[in-house]
Amino acid sequence: MQVAHHASAAATAAMIGSVVFWATAGDILTASAMRRIGDLDAVRARSGLVGAIRAVVTDLHFGVGVFCLALSFFSLLFALSHNDLSLIGPAATSLTFVSNAAAAKLFLKENVDRRRWMAAIFVCIGVALLAL
Amino acid sequence: MTQSTMTLRRYLVLGIVTLTSSCGDTFLAKGMQELGPVSLHQPAQLIHAVLTPWVGAGIVLLIGFFASYLTALSWADLTYVLPASSLGYVIMTLLARFWLHEHVSPLRWLGVVFITAGVGFVTRGPSYTAPETADVKPAEEVRS
Repeated sequence: MQVAHHASAAATAAMIGSVVFWATAGDILTASAMRRIGDLDAVRARSGLVGAIRAVVTDLHFGVGVFCLALSFFSLLFALSHNDLSLIGPAATSLTFVSNAAAAKLFLKENVDRRRWMAAIFVCIGVALLAL
Repeated sequence: MTQSTMTLRRYLVLGIVTLTSSCGDTFLAKGMQELGPVSLHQPAQLIHAVLTPWVGAGIVLLIGFFASYLTALSWADLTYVLPASSLGYVIMTLLARFWLHEHVSPLRWLGVVFITAGVGFVTRGPSYTAPETADVKPAEEVRS
């Protein structure tokens, strides 16, 4: 059985930061793509299922977003090769909820009011607790 | 400007996001538990894993998750969909406890309470922030 070589605290923070950064970028770009395309139900009613799929997969934001999500996945694999899942998993997942809320307010101009901040923070704490 | 665009059908889509995510992950876990440890030096084992019923079903469910997640993002904000669909973590914990018979500590049950409260916060509010910029295309203008 192979044992992960534990990285320094700074390196671990950088790895978690990388996972969170790419995951947030991917989520924001895919959300931006879906907002540009509009209600998928309406697109499907007009153009059929194939037309709706084509509208999604040919959107530039969607393609770049999926690429960022893939980078997030490989960053996660890299981080897991140096640290324990019990640290990387909950830290990356829970921080992504908060970073997504900040990025959605900044880039998507979503109305992230107190209610949504509370939701993001509660889910962030809850996900972290689930990993304990 | 925010508005509530939620209908029964859209709540169902959010439910599908939640269920396919949690069931997909649980099916993958079940399949990999039955398969045992996979060595990175033998990638053929991973291909074999994909062909097993539980892992295959898990992958199909996760594809369904991504499709329904994208659908939800087309009519609701990211900061609405993500917390609202995090109820999947709660379902995954319940499946782990009562189906896979894993031990769930009191702290993890506290985590379930926090997530449920977070979902409650966000779903009681508006689901969609109306775009203010002109570069956002209405659905009618999108061509296949």
